[in-house]
Amino acid sequence: MSKPLVKIRNLHIEGRADEEWLPIINGVDLDLYPGRVLGLIGESGAGKSTLGLAAMGFTRDGCRISSGTVEFGGVNLLTLTRGQRRSLLGKRIAYVAQSAAASFNPAHKILSQHTEAPVYHGVMTKAESEADGMELYRRLRLPDPDQIGFRYPHQVSGGQLQRAMTAMAMSCRPDLIIFDEPTTALDVTTQIEVLASIRDIVEQFGTAAIYITHDLAVVAQMADDIKVLLRGDEVEQADTRTMLSHPTEDYTKSLWAVRSFERTEKAPAPADETPVIRVDNITAAYGKSADVLHQVSFNIHRGRTVAVVGESGSGKSTVARSIMGLLPPKKGRILSNGQALPASYKQRSKEQLRQVQMIYQMADTALNPRVRIKDIIGRPVEFYMGLKGAEKERRVEQLLEQIELDPAQYMQRRPPELSGGQKQRIGIARALAAEPEFIICDEVTSALDQLVAEGILRLLARLQDELGLAFMFITHDLATVRAIADEVVVMKEGVVVEAGPKGEMFTPPHHPYTDLLLSSVPEMDPDWLTRVLADRGVDNIGDAAMARMDNR
Amino acid sequence: MIGSLLRGSLIAVVLYVVAISLPVLSEGGLSGWWQAANEVRLLKWAYWIAIVIAVAMAASWVFRELLRRTMPEFIAKPMRQAPLTAAFGIMIILAYIVVAVGAPVIAPFGEAEIFEKINVLPGGDAELGGDPDHFLGTDQIGRDITSRLIYGARNTVGIAFLTTVLSFILGVTLGFLAATLGGWIDQLFSRSIDVLMAIPQLIFALLLMTIASEWSYRSGISLTWFMIFIIAVLDSTRVFRLARAVGLNIVVMDYIEAAKVRGETLIHIVFREILPNAVAPLLAEFGLRFCFVFLTIASLSFLGIGIQPPLADWGTMVRDLSQFINFAAYDPLTAALPLMAAGAIALLTVAVNFVVDWMLQNTSGLKE
Repeated sequence: MSKPLVKIRNLHIEGRADEEWLPIINGVDLDLYPGRVLGLIGESGAGKSTLGLAAMGFTRDGCRISSGTVEFGGVNLLTLTRGQRRSLLGKRIAYVAQSAAASFNPAHKILSQHTEAPVYHGVMTKAESEADGMELYRRLRLPDPDQIGFRYPHQVSGGQLQRAMTAMAMSCRPDLIIFDEPTTALDVTTQIEVLASIRDIVEQFGTAAIYITHDLAVVAQMADDIKVLLRGDEVEQADTRTMLSHPTEDYTKSLWAVRSFERTEKAPAPADETPVIRVDNITAAYGKSADVLHQVSFNIHRGRTVAVVGESGSGKSTVARSIMGLLPPKKGRILSNGQALPASYKQRSKEQLRQVQMIYQMADTALNPRVRIKDIIGRPVEFYMGLKGAEKERRVEQLLEQIELDPAQYMQRRPPELSGGQKQRIGIARALAAEPEFIICDEVTSALDQLVAEGILRLLARLQDELGLAFMFITHDLATVRAIADEVVVMKEGVVVEAGPKGEMFTPPHHPYTDLLLSSVPEMDPDWLTRVLADRGVDNIGDAAMARMDNR
Repeated sequence: MIGSLLRGSLIAVVLYVVAISLPVLSEGGLSGWWQAANEVRLLKWAYWIAIVIAVAMAASWVFRELLRRTMPEFIAKPMRQAPLTAAFGIMIILAYIVVAVGAPVIAPFGEAEIFEKINVLPGGDAELGGDPDHFLGTDQIGRDITSRLIYGARNTVGIAFLTTVLSFILGVTLGFLAATLGGWIDQLFSRSIDVLMAIPQLIFALLLMTIASEWSYRSGISLTWFMIFIIAVLDSTRVFRLARAVGLNIVVMDYIEAAKVRGETLIHIVFREILPNAVAPLLAEFGLRFCFVFLTIASLSFLGIGIQPPLADWGTMVRDLSQFINFAAYDPLTAALPLMAAGAIALLTVAVNFVVDWMLQNTSGLKE
């Protein structure tokens, strides 16, 4: 084999936290050969982004490389001066960030940002680079490649922007590109086209790449080799197929097993049972703008989970806001146990408010960072149940035990001292404290790592069995749907396109949109992307497929 | 920013002194240097400035070490990371508090005690028109200047503190209400505040104080209370703006929404959910506002309508003693009298700003 392009030896990186340096990466080795794609996976905090950036000889603010070497093409990047390193970055090493929307400068047109690096490094003239940009856009299958570069970043969609960013990284034909979670912020239907075009262009130019992600199914499609990280240590590395079929370490096996959690579907509720929540022909709009919900109706029965799926902008969160009374519907009503609820939360009684609780997507913003855990959970206990003093304290302890956190350890802490999964559990406890019949779970697992997310799903399932709760589960992740739902409601552009028991939803025939959604979810099989592309054709994925469906 | 300015000027002064001293030192040794230093005027000043800064730095270093070693952990821990400037600021503020609280004990004479000898010159040398009992001399109606400087700390700082607290209670409450309720209430509050801010603050304060002096005369309530209220209202406009801006960023959080749909009252949302998250920027602003209020009171007093005699106040003292500055050519100490009150104001302002800088850096990660 040829010499490695990137050779990292015994790398230690430390981060500064509260007066001392804590290790982030503990002596990791990494070899990347020209033209290969290495997938870095691990939970958040595993150090995958830090390692990816270190391959460029760069560390984030507040971090330092304490020992080790990072060689790129035989040169130790760590001993170079800033100027020398700058001549490599952008030219021979490029970086694609997670959020293209945040990484593009909104004040400049896409193509003029594209030409910046080649002109700076003297690789091409501006005119050459512009022509080359259009060529790259064509290869990345962006619509209207000759014109799209003259738009501003906010004028193109998220998936297109991420591809434009990949084109920008390609502008100097680098030897190495680092992709840091490039599709994490995208919907499944958009993700697939970005994956296809990234894989395509990396193959065409024989570029070596480091692909950082927490999504195993995605990395299975993209990488030749996979390296698994856990808290700054390497767990194992192997080529993709071996890694998927024969993981050796227990940690890797547990990662692989996450997607297997599946609950058996409950029998549908008897037809004459009054649903806990009935959404009856709701039409809603924000302010005076166009309607975002069109005559949405569905029922949620006691002890059942209804998953509402659809991509961003499909109106699934808006339905939740209408049920909560935060967005009073223009037409239609919400019924709780057969009784109509007032449209706005301001007119609802304390008892009506208590019955409908919500768990939020971002536990970071859902919990007041300055309030102690015992007060966060204690407040609804006191507010709704009227418990005080020792009684209240006992109830909070009981709730913490229910969500599997040790009361002695967590009562006095504040949210910033907890991990993401623990915060989400506190969010669940706060909802439970009101002793509701119905809880809305708004993307509760999408910000979490898969292992942690699975723990949350199991907890919710257990609580449902114990307390007979009804859940409305908003999600865009079909693996989650498969794991927890009894019934599924598919939404698109504010309309319910399909609804029914879970078993029916995962067996054809489908509404074409459901079909598109289902077939866009990456699977662990490394041949999945190739197969989908062969089945549907390269021009029938993502935005293009959506457009085709609308025309039909 | 101020820290680096200080460091820069200190280095410049030291370099200057060294550059001038070297040739003198090589000729006449230490005694020759001392003599030369006293002859060359500029060098003398540089020499004194260097000594003052060095002493201040040494004192704040000792003070910081003292806090680090003797204080309980919750004070010692932040002090381990605190820069010297912050320690200096805290030290000065503490000193002012001690002087303000203990004024009756520390001051040699009463605040309004009048002696027979008027216009006694400072220095305490009887041959030059001084008096050993009154080291800084007496003013034009025979009050001891040292005592009045000490009592001034009590009045000026105490009143400024009260005014700032009042303006924060007012501004923060209204600002958070505007941020939470939005709509026409926000418009009403914000536009009213705009109207108040459109009029130059000092001139507006002068106008209102003139009106208030008539009210004070009729009602018998001390003009000082009117002044506290007027400055608090005028200054709360700035606090309102900050509180509203900070509040707007907090009310969009999900935990506020969660509190709303739980059915919480407005008071709970404003004081239990929003306020704890806004403490850091508000505290930093408090430090700055305190300085501005302090200066406004001093300026009003200087103009003659602030704190009224016989209460001692630094602003009034600057005005009363201002004519002494004409003696600068004959007696520097006499000329420095009005500057002492001004210096007391300046020192506290600098100290408060050092502490605020440090707090801002801690809370927002603001770099120099």
